[in-house]
Amino acid sequence: MVFRTRRLAAASVAAAAATALVAGCASGSGGSSSGASGDTLTLWTHNAGNSAELDVVKKIIKDFNGSQSKYKVELQSFPQTDYNNSVVAAASARKLPCLLDVDGPNVANWAWGGYLAPIDVTGSQVPVEDQLDSTVGTYNDKLYSFGHYDVSLAFFARKSVLNEHGIRIPTMDKPWTKDEFDAALAKLKKSGKFTYPLEMGTGGSGEWWPYAYSPQLQSFGGDLIDRNGYKTATGTLDGKESVEWGDWFQSLVTKGYMAKKSGADPNKDFLAGKSAIQWDGSWNATKNAEKLGDDLAIIPPVDFGKGPKIGGASWQWAMSSTCSNKEGAQEWLKFSRQTKYFVDYAKATSTIPATNEAATQVEDYQPGGRFAVLVQFAQKYATLRPVTPAYPYISTEFQKAAQDILAGADPKNALGQAAKNIDNNLKTNNNYSG
Amino acid sequence: MTTKTAAPQRLRPVRRTRTNNARRRESLTALGMATPAVVLLIVFLVVPVALAFALAFTDARLISPTPARFVGLRNFTQLFTDPVFYKSLRNTIYFAVVVVPLQAGLALVLALLVNAKVRGINFFRTVYFLPVVTSMVVVSLLWTFLYRQDGLVNNIISTLTLGHFQGPDWLGDPATAMPAIILMSVWQGVGFHMIIWLAGLQTIPAELYEAAELDGATTWQRFRHVTWPGLRSTRTFVLVTITIAAFSLFTQIRVMTQGGPLDSTTTVVFQAVRTGYDQQQTAYAAAISLIFFVLVLTVSLVQRFLTREKD
Amino acid sequence: MTSLLKRLGGHAGRIVLALVFALPLVFMLVSSFKTDDQIFGDLGSVSAFLPVGALSLDNYTAMFDRVPAARFLLNSVLISSITVVLGIIVNSLAAFALARMRWSGRKVVLTTVIATLIVPFETFALPLVWWVNQLPLLRVNGFQLEWTTGWMDTYQVQILPFVANAFSIFFFHQFFQSIPKELDEAAIMDGAGWFTIYRRIVMPLSGPAVATVAILTFLPAWNSYLWPLMVVQSEELRPVMVGISYFFQLNVGWGQIMAYSSMITVPILALFVAFQRSFVNSIASTGVKG
Repeated sequence: MVFRTRRLAAASVAAAAATALVAGCASGSGGSSSGASGDTLTLWTHNAGNSAELDVVKKIIKDFNGSQSKYKVELQSFPQTDYNNSVVAAASARKLPCLLDVDGPNVANWAWGGYLAPIDVTGSQVPVEDQLDSTVGTYNDKLYSFGHYDVSLAFFARKSVLNEHGIRIPTMDKPWTKDEFDAALAKLKKSGKFTYPLEMGTGGSGEWWPYAYSPQLQSFGGDLIDRNGYKTATGTLDGKESVEWGDWFQSLVTKGYMAKKSGADPNKDFLAGKSAIQWDGSWNATKNAEKLGDDLAIIPPVDFGKGPKIGGASWQWAMSSTCSNKEGAQEWLKFSRQTKYFVDYAKATSTIPATNEAATQVEDYQPGGRFAVLVQFAQKYATLRPVTPAYPYISTEFQKAAQDILAGADPKNALGQAAKNIDNNLKTNNNYSG
Repeated sequence: MTTKTAAPQRLRPVRRTRTNNARRRESLTALGMATPAVVLLIVFLVVPVALAFALAFTDARLISPTPARFVGLRNFTQLFTDPVFYKSLRNTIYFAVVVVPLQAGLALVLALLVNAKVRGINFFRTVYFLPVVTSMVVVSLLWTFLYRQDGLVNNIISTLTLGHFQGPDWLGDPATAMPAIILMSVWQGVGFHMIIWLAGLQTIPAELYEAAELDGATTWQRFRHVTWPGLRSTRTFVLVTITIAAFSLFTQIRVMTQGGPLDSTTTVVFQAVRTGYDQQQTAYAAAISLIFFVLVLTVSLVQRFLTREKD
Repeated sequence: MTSLLKRLGGHAGRIVLALVFALPLVFMLVSSFKTDDQIFGDLGSVSAFLPVGALSLDNYTAMFDRVPAARFLLNSVLISSITVVLGIIVNSLAAFALARMRWSGRKVVLTTVIATLIVPFETFALPLVWWVNQLPLLRVNGFQLEWTTGWMDTYQVQILPFVANAFSIFFFHQFFQSIPKELDEAAIMDGAGWFTIYRRIVMPLSGPAVATVAILTFLPAWNSYLWPLMVVQSEELRPVMVGISYFFQLNVGWGQIMAYSSMITVPILALFVAFQRSFVNSIASTGVKG
C-alpha cells in the first residue's frame, strides 16, 4: 500500500511536470499570428458607446471593402472603459486584431510591450508630415500610429450668465487667472442659482481623469512624472506645485463649487442650466452651440501660473505586431488617410481635424469659424501626456489619487503615495528599458 | 457530519475468492475513472496554487518583452509598505466580522419563522430565497440604483420618517459605503443559509420538542436546550461557508464602488485583481494571492480546530 | 388567545420580510417597462413597485439594438450546460471509484480532494490567468494541426477549469456510499464490469445527487463574473454577466439596465420556482451531508 501510494504520488508529480513542460515549450515557441483569416481583417475600436464616431469608422470600412476586392475589414466595437484591458488581455493571448485604435498616451506602452508594429503609410493621400504633432504616435523614433483628429478641452459657459454675475469673459490673450476663476465661482455659488456652479465631469472614469485634470496640474507647475528621463515621479507628482493643485482641486468640492461625483451626463446637466461653467471636450461644442447659439462662450483654460494647458493626443489607428496580414492592414491604414475622412471625423464628432487642409473644409474650424478658437487651443496649449511605457500605470495611479483627493484625502499624502507607487513600478520594470 | 456506511462483514469471504486478476482490473478501472477529475484538479487548482507561491518571488507580468526574473522578497516588502494593502486587509476582515454573525443569525431567525407548519409557508421560503438565485452582478447593479442619493432607499427612509430624515449618498460616503455593501450582501445571501438552518432544524426529532412542552418549557428554553444543541453540526457548516465567502468579497466592490471612496471598500481580492489584471503586475498580484491563501487557510483551520475541540 | 396573537405576529413578521426580499426584484422588473423619467418620477411613491403609467418594451428593444444580448445569453447557456454535463460525468466517475472500488491511492486522492475543499477560487484566480495563458492549444491551421499557446478568449477556458469540483466529488462520494454495496457484488457475480455497475446501477439510483450537483454547478457557472472578466475579450464569447457590466458602462438609461437585468434573472427565477423542491433539497443537503 505504502509503495503503491508513493508510485501514484510520483506519477501525479510526473504528470504535472509533463504538463508544465509541454506548456513551457509551447510558450517558448510563441510567434503565432492572428487578427486576420486570410484576407479578412479584424478591426477593434473603443467606440461602442459613441455612435457618431462609430459611424465614421463604419463608413471608412465600407468604402474600403467596396473599393477593392482583395481585403475585407470586419469591425468589432468595445465600450471605452474596458477597451484598454481588452487589448492588453488579447495581446497576452496573442489574439489581437490586425487593426486597432489606441489612445495617444498609451502608444509608448503598447509599442514597448510589443503589441504594435511600426507602420509605413508612405504613398497615402495625406502625408504624415501634414498632421498636427499631437495626432501622430511615435516611439523610439518609429511611427506606430496616427489619428484623424485631436480634441481640445475648453470651458463652456453662457455669456448671459457670466455677464449677469459681472464675470469677465476671458480671451486667449487674457485667460482667467486662478484668483479670478475662484472669485467667479464664489459669485456664482453665492447667487444660489446653482447647486454646483462648476461641472468638470467628476463622474467620469478611466483616462478622463488624467486627460482632464493633469493639464491643470501642469498649469500649476506640477507634472505626472519628472520628464527628464522618465525615471521618477517623487518630487514632481508630490512636489510643492502639484500639492497646490491638489489643495485647489479639493477646495472645489469643499467649497461646494463642484460635485464630488457628477451625474451620468454632465453635458446634459450643463445644457439644462444645472451648472454655469463646464470643463469639457470639443466633442460637445456642436451640441452646445446648437442649444445656446450666440450665448455660448468658449473659454480658454485657466492660467494657474504656468500658462493655460490642455491635454494633447486622442485616439489613433495602429496595427498589431501579430497581424498575419500586414499588407492588408497597411492598405486599410493608407486608404483611411484621405482628406475626406479627416473631414468626416471632424464633422461627425466635432473634433479638430488633424490637418490644415481638412480644417479648411470644415466650416466651423476655418479661421473665423465658430470653433476656430478650439483649433488654436490645440495648437497653443496642448501638452502631451508623458511619452513613456509607464504611462498606463501612471494614469491609474493619478486617477486614484485625484479621486481620493475629491473624497477628502490629504492631497500631499494621496499624491505622495501615487508617486511612490509609480517609482516602485518603474523600478520593478527596470524603467521599461528593453 | 459524515455519514459513513460500514461495509457489511459478510462481504469479506466473497471478496477473498476473487482472483488477483480481477483485483488488478478493479484497480486499473478505478484509476481510469478517477483520472479525468484528478488531472483537471491538478491542472486548474494544484498548479495555480503552486504558481501563486512561485510567481510571488518573480517580476512576471501578464505580458512583457523581457522574461520573468527571480526577485526574492521584493514584492512582499513592497506589499507590506503599501497602505492600501493594509486597508484592503482591514476592510476584508471588517466585512467578514460583521457579515458572518449577521447573516448567520438572520438566517436562523428566518429559518425559525418558516419552520412553522402553517398554510402558505412554502411561499415565504421561496420569496426569501429569490435573491440567492439572482446573480451578484445584477444585485449589485440594482442596489447601486437603490442606494443613490435620490434613490429608492432614501425615498423610503424619507417617507417612513415623514421627511424628517434624509439618507446619505450611501456609496459615495466613506462612512456608509461598506455598511451599505454589507447590508446588500446579507440581503442576497441570507436565503441560502436559511435553507441550511432549516434542514438542520428538521433533523431535530419532534419528540424532543414534545417532551420539552410537557415539561412546561418556555419558547426560549426550548430554543436554548433543544434547538441550539441540535444544530451543532449545521452551525459549523454555516460558519465556515459564510466566512470563506465573506473573505472572497469582490463582485460587489468591482461593480459598485471600485474600492472607493477613499479606499473604504477596497478588499484583498479586489486589490489582487486591480494590480494583477488592470495594472498587469502578475507577480505582485500573486504575492497578494499568496497572503490571501494563507489567511483563508489559517482562518478555516482555526475554525475547524475550535469546532472540533467541542465535539 | 396568546397563541393566536403569536401566530398573527409571526405572520406579520413573515410578510414584512417577504416585502424586504421581494420588492427590490419587483422594482427591477417593473422599471424595465418604464421610461427613465417615469422610473425617477415614481421613486417617491408606491408606484415604484407597480406596473403603472406608460409601459412598453422599448427598453428591451433598445437593449437588443445596442448589444448582442441574445448572443451573450446563448454563450452563457452553452457554457453553463456543458460545465454541468461534464461536471456530472467527471465528478461522479471519480466519486464512484473513490466510494465503491478498492484501489491503491484511493485514500490519498480522497484526502487531497477533501483538502482542496477549503481553497476558494479567488485565492488562485490571478495565477490561473497567467497559467491558462501558457497552456498549449491545438488548433487547425489550413490542413495542419499546430500547437499554439494561450487559452485566453476561448470557450474552453470558461468551462474546463470548473468541471472537476472537489465539492461535487465529495458529495457524490457521500451519496454513493449510502447505496448498498451488495448491489455491486451481485452484479459482478452476473459478470458485469465496473463501468456497467456505474452506469446501470449506481447512477440511476442517484437522481437526487445528480440534481443537486447540477444545480450547484449551474448557478455559479451562470453567475460567474470574475473569471470571464479577465479571460474573455471577444464580444462573441462574452457571457451574460460580463455583458451586463459592459452594458452598464455604455451609460445607457437605467430602464435598459433593468431590462437587461430582468432578462437574465427572470428565467433563472422561473426555473427556481418550477424546480423549487430540488433546489431547496440540494442546498439543504450540502449542509447536512457536507
